[in-house]
Amino acid sequence: MNGNPTLERIASGNGLALCAAGSWTARFAPVLERLVTDAEKLGGSRPNIFIDVSQVSKLDTFGAWLIERLRRSLTEGGIEAQIAGLSANYSSLVDEVRRVKAQPVLETSAVTISGMLEQVGRSVAGVGGTLVGLIDMLGAVLAAAGNVVIHPRGFRLTSTIHHLEQVCWRAVPIVVLITFLIGCIIAQQGIFHFRQFGADIFVVDMLGVLVLREIGVLLVAIMVAGRSGSAYTAELGSMKMREEIDALRTMGFDPIEVLILPRMLALVLALPILAFLGAMAALYGGGLVAWLYGGVDPEAFLLRLRDAISINHFIVGIIKAPVMAAVIGIVACVEGLAVQGSAESLGQHTTSSVVKGIFLVIVMDGVFAIFFASIGM
Amino acid sequence: MAGEISDAIIRVRDITVQFGTTRVLDGLNLDVKRGEILGFVGPSGAGKSVLTRTIIGLVPKLAGRIEVFGVDLDKANTAERRGVERRWGILFQQGALFSSLTVRQNIQFPVREYLKVSQRLLDEIMVAKLGMVGLKPEVADRYPSELSGGMVKRVALARALALDPELVFLDEPTSGLDPIGAGDFDELVRTLQRTLGLTVFMVTHDLDSLYTACDRIAVLGNGKIIAAGSIADMKASKHPWLNQYFNGKRARAVVV
Repeated sequence: MNGNPTLERIASGNGLALCAAGSWTARFAPVLERLVTDAEKLGGSRPNIFIDVSQVSKLDTFGAWLIERLRRSLTEGGIEAQIAGLSANYSSLVDEVRRVKAQPVLETSAVTISGMLEQVGRSVAGVGGTLVGLIDMLGAVLAAAGNVVIHPRGFRLTSTIHHLEQVCWRAVPIVVLITFLIGCIIAQQGIFHFRQFGADIFVVDMLGVLVLREIGVLLVAIMVAGRSGSAYTAELGSMKMREEIDALRTMGFDPIEVLILPRMLALVLALPILAFLGAMAALYGGGLVAWLYGGVDPEAFLLRLRDAISINHFIVGIIKAPVMAAVIGIVACVEGLAVQGSAESLGQHTTSSVVKGIFLVIVMDGVFAIFFASIGM
Repeated sequence: MAGEISDAIIRVRDITVQFGTTRVLDGLNLDVKRGEILGFVGPSGAGKSVLTRTIIGLVPKLAGRIEVFGVDLDKANTAERRGVERRWGILFQQGALFSSLTVRQNIQFPVREYLKVSQRLLDEIMVAKLGMVGLKPEVADRYPSELSGGMVKRVALARALALDPELVFLDEPTSGLDPIGAGDFDELVRTLQRTLGLTVFMVTHDLDSLYTACDRIAVLGNGKIIAAGSIADMKASKHPWLNQYFNGKRARAVVV
């Protein structure tokens, strides 16, 4: 029953009989393909060929197709080829595969240099489109926000609170831990190197300015882009894939107002809070290291800190936070809504949401640095 | 339940499945004979899909024994289990096509993994399978998101049939198809059963399918099989749910 398939050649007069036997099934497909490919080369040797399948114990689509393919290629070679001995059981199967039109195999496009250059060109040209998309989304969100101000009933408080919990409250432990550690590292490095000039105490100045102006908010923004930006993109993307966003739209709701505005608002509120907590944790960590490693006792640290930094430093840092949050949120939502039908597309857009989010956050930080320097803050 | 059937391809004994405190299947017994098309019906939420998923090993069971092709799936080692998995094909309710692969790649995927054959044969078999489920070769390079619901079902069936399995599980294959398409589908299942000697386990709500395609019908209720037999047996049954199902308004429309 499960005998290995064979294809025997028996000469008969000026013709040839090809006797197929055994199990012509998918299990033996590699063997069958070799047998048939060899037999196809017989073309031209004999005027007529019989393909005798009466000894075939088992036949499935693979076997039936290969027999049919053999018949076709022999016929194309100008040979009278016939299939004989087909049992009634299998004749409908052979009829089924007879309808198959052999199709030229499509060449998969190879990777070429010009193709890669084309890809680069398209990516560069796509930058403009991306910017327009971001501005478009910003406009839509602002319009939705304006609408909510006029009709406060449209505001989704529950949703906003829910997202605030997700992006703010649940992010506190990890944000505090990481910024604490960064504060420790900055202080340790500062003390280690400043000690050579006997300038240990200036580490407090460096820590205060760096953490409050730059590191605190930038680091937290990057963490939020990785943590919440990706979540927003994945959520919106899978909703897009399952037509949930279309459903919302057909019920007369604006997806921007229902889905995106609460998320944006939550992010814009969350980032300043997280940036503040992060800055405090970093200062605490730095102070701890300055005390234990550098011998600067807490009282001296606080006194020095009070002299070194002004409220301006803090304002400069915290004022950047909501803007960065808006950038992260806009990018995440645009990418989420751009997801197509496949799982791969969801992955690509989530990746690019995080990458673009972090990139734009750093660009924004640079723009702010120039701005604050020129107004002397 | 009918007594022991000697050539059962699926043998389910005393299966119990529980989610939390809800008992979905409660000591269920079922035999599927080699070469038959078994229609599996029951009220929505009765656990038809759960039974299917339990048999194919996606849902863990609390108690009981499942044999497929005479192999006890609990005692089978990895190689034996793989051997069984190669011999069955499954059509999921939503199609479950791989969304990042084209139709061509979806159908070729199991073949490519299990058999070392040339790309040419892979393509030819793919076209043959598409033809069998009534699709044109032109759809081969589309992605699942670019297909209609009915086409997704057909491609999923083509993928389930890719390795010429002996047993196929169909979870509501005709739901979401137009009546003509559904009729073609039933005809197709019949043809495949005849030509390939296929055994079909079909969860369905489609009365037409039950009438035209199925050899035998099993009915699930209260976690057990409450009846199994031919369509005539079902119509003669005194069970209130069966009576309503097979002699209700929609059922009469089918008969006329």
